[in-house]
Amino acid sequence: MNPAGFSAQARRALAIAKKDIRIYYMKGPVLIFGIFMPVFLFLSFLMGGRGLPLPFLVSGLVGMTLFFTATAVSPAIFPWEGQAKTLERLVSCPVTVGTIVFGDMIASFLFGVGVSLVTVFIGLALGVPLLHGAILLAAIVIASLCFSAVGMLLAVPPTNTPSNIMMLSALVKFPLVFISGIFLPLEQMPPAGLALSVLSPLTYCTDLVRYSFSGDHFFPVWVDFAALVVFSLAFCALTVVLHKKTLPERM
Amino acid sequence: MSVAIRASGLTKVFGKTVAVDHVSFEVREKEIFGFLGPNGAGKTTTTRMLTGVIPPDAGTATILGHDICSRPLQAKQEFGVVPETSNAYTDLSAWQNMMLMAELYGVPRDLAGERASGLLDMVGLLPRKDQKVAAYSKGMKQRLILAMALVHDPRLLFLDEPTGGLDVGSTRMILSLLRDLNRNGTTIFLTTHNMEEANRLCHRVGIIRAGKMVAIDAPERLKAAIGRVHKIEVSFDREVPAGALGRLEGVLGAERTGDKWQLTAENRDAAIRALVAFSREIGAEIITLNTPAPTLDDAFLRLTREEPP
Repeated sequence: MNPAGFSAQARRALAIAKKDIRIYYMKGPVLIFGIFMPVFLFLSFLMGGRGLPLPFLVSGLVGMTLFFTATAVSPAIFPWEGQAKTLERLVSCPVTVGTIVFGDMIASFLFGVGVSLVTVFIGLALGVPLLHGAILLAAIVIASLCFSAVGMLLAVPPTNTPSNIMMLSALVKFPLVFISGIFLPLEQMPPAGLALSVLSPLTYCTDLVRYSFSGDHFFPVWVDFAALVVFSLAFCALTVVLHKKTLPERM
Repeated sequence: MSVAIRASGLTKVFGKTVAVDHVSFEVREKEIFGFLGPNGAGKTTTTRMLTGVIPPDAGTATILGHDICSRPLQAKQEFGVVPETSNAYTDLSAWQNMMLMAELYGVPRDLAGERASGLLDMVGLLPRKDQKVAAYSKGMKQRLILAMALVHDPRLLFLDEPTGGLDVGSTRMILSLLRDLNRNGTTIFLTTHNMEEANRLCHRVGIIRAGKMVAIDAPERLKAAIGRVHKIEVSFDREVPAGALGRLEGVLGAERTGDKWQLTAENRDAAIRALVAFSREIGAEIITLNTPAPTLDDAFLRLTREEPP
C-alpha cells in the first residue's frame, strides 16, 4: 500500500469527513441554525411588503441557505481541533494537509447540499414551480463545493480561538449576502453594487437557482456555471496552499 | 542492528529562541530509547519534528529509512504517536476513535475491527468501547490513546510523557505494555521526566539541555560516568565526633542525617578501611554500612546543571 497514492489519500479524506459529520454537524443546534436562520430572513423579506415575487424570494432562500450552511462549521474546525490538540493527532497521521482540508470540505459540502435541499422542498411546498431541476441540482452541487472552499479559506488565519474565526467569518459572509442579488435583483442594483456582485460566487449561484425556479436570469447560464467552477478551483487551490503555510503555526 | 531514527543537526527556532540546537542522535531498531531533559529543554519540540508535526528549520531526520521532510507519509505510516496531551476525540466513542485511526492509516476494515477489539481488550477498555471518551478518566484516555497508536501495528512508537499524572495502576499497565511491545520487536522512543521510569525501562537514554544533547548512553553507564565522588552511609551504636569522621583518609566530607552519617569519598575503598579502623579505635560498633550507587536522577541533575560544553 502506498500511503501517498491518490486513492489512499481520498479514502482518508472521507474518514476525516465522517469524523467531522459525527462530531460537528450532527448536532441539533447546528442543523436547526442551518435551516432556521435563512428561513427567518426569508420570512422577514416575504412579510416586508416589498412585493417581490415568491419565486425570487425562494431562490434567495435556497442560495442563502446553501451559502450559510456550507460555510457554517468548516471555518471553526481547525481552531477547535487546534485547541483540543486533535489536530496534532491528525497531522502526525500519514495524511497530507490537502487531505485534511478536503476531508473538512467534503463534510461541509454534504451538509450544504442536504440542508439546501430541505429549503428547495419548502419552496415547492409554497407552490413555487421547479422549471429546471437538473440545472438546480448541478448549481447546488457546484456552489456547495465552492462555498465549502470559502469556509476553509476563512479558517486559514492560524488562531486556535474559534470565536476569532467566527467573527471574521461573519464579517465576510454577511456583506456577501447583500451584494449577491438575494434581496435585491441584480437588474435593480446600482452600477457600483453590480460591479461588486460579480466578485461574489454567491451571485452566480443565486442567478442559477432563480433561473431554475422562474426562468429569469441576469447572466447566461453557462457564465454562471463557468464562474462557479473557476471560483471553486481557485479557492480550493488557494486554501490548500495557505493551510500548508499556516498549519505549523497552530501546533 | 539497523537504525530506526536518525536525527542529524535538527534545529528549531521560535522567534529569537533556539528551542532545539543542532541535535543529532540515533535510535537503534528494537530498543527503548529514553529522551530526558528538564522543562523547556526542547524534548517535545524535537519529538514534534521527528513525527512530522512541525518542520525543522535546519537538519534532517530519517524514520526507518524515510526522510520525515521529503517522504513524510511513508515515514508516518511506519510509526504510532502517543502525544503529551490526551487527544482522542471526546465526542466519539473509544470504538469510533479506533476505527478513525484505522482508516487514517489505511488498515483494511475487517482487520481493523479485529485489531481494535484486541487492543481495547489489552488496555482494559473493551467493555466500555461504545461509551463516549468524554466520560473516561485520564488513565482510561491515556490507555485508549496508546491503543489508537497501535492500531496499524507500527514498528516504532513515539510516546511523550505517557504516564504523566496517572495513578499507579494505569502507570504500571502502560509500562508493562511497553515492555511487551518491545519484546515483540517494537522500537520505543520515550520522552519522560520520570527518571525511575527511564531507568527501569530504557536501554539507552539521551539527555537534552537548553536545546542541545548533553549525553547519550545506557543508564548504568551514565550513572557510572558521574560517579567520581562516592557516597557512603554509616551508622554507629553510639555518638561519634563529626570532625574525626571528616578527617579520615579518603573522606571528603561528613554530614549527619537522622541517626546516620552521609560521607562523600573520592576513594571508596580507602574510606571504608579507615572507617572500620576508626570504629575499632573508639570502641564503636558499626550498625549499618551502605554504599549507594549514583541514581539516574543524580546523573540527570549533574548533566543538566553543568555549563554547556
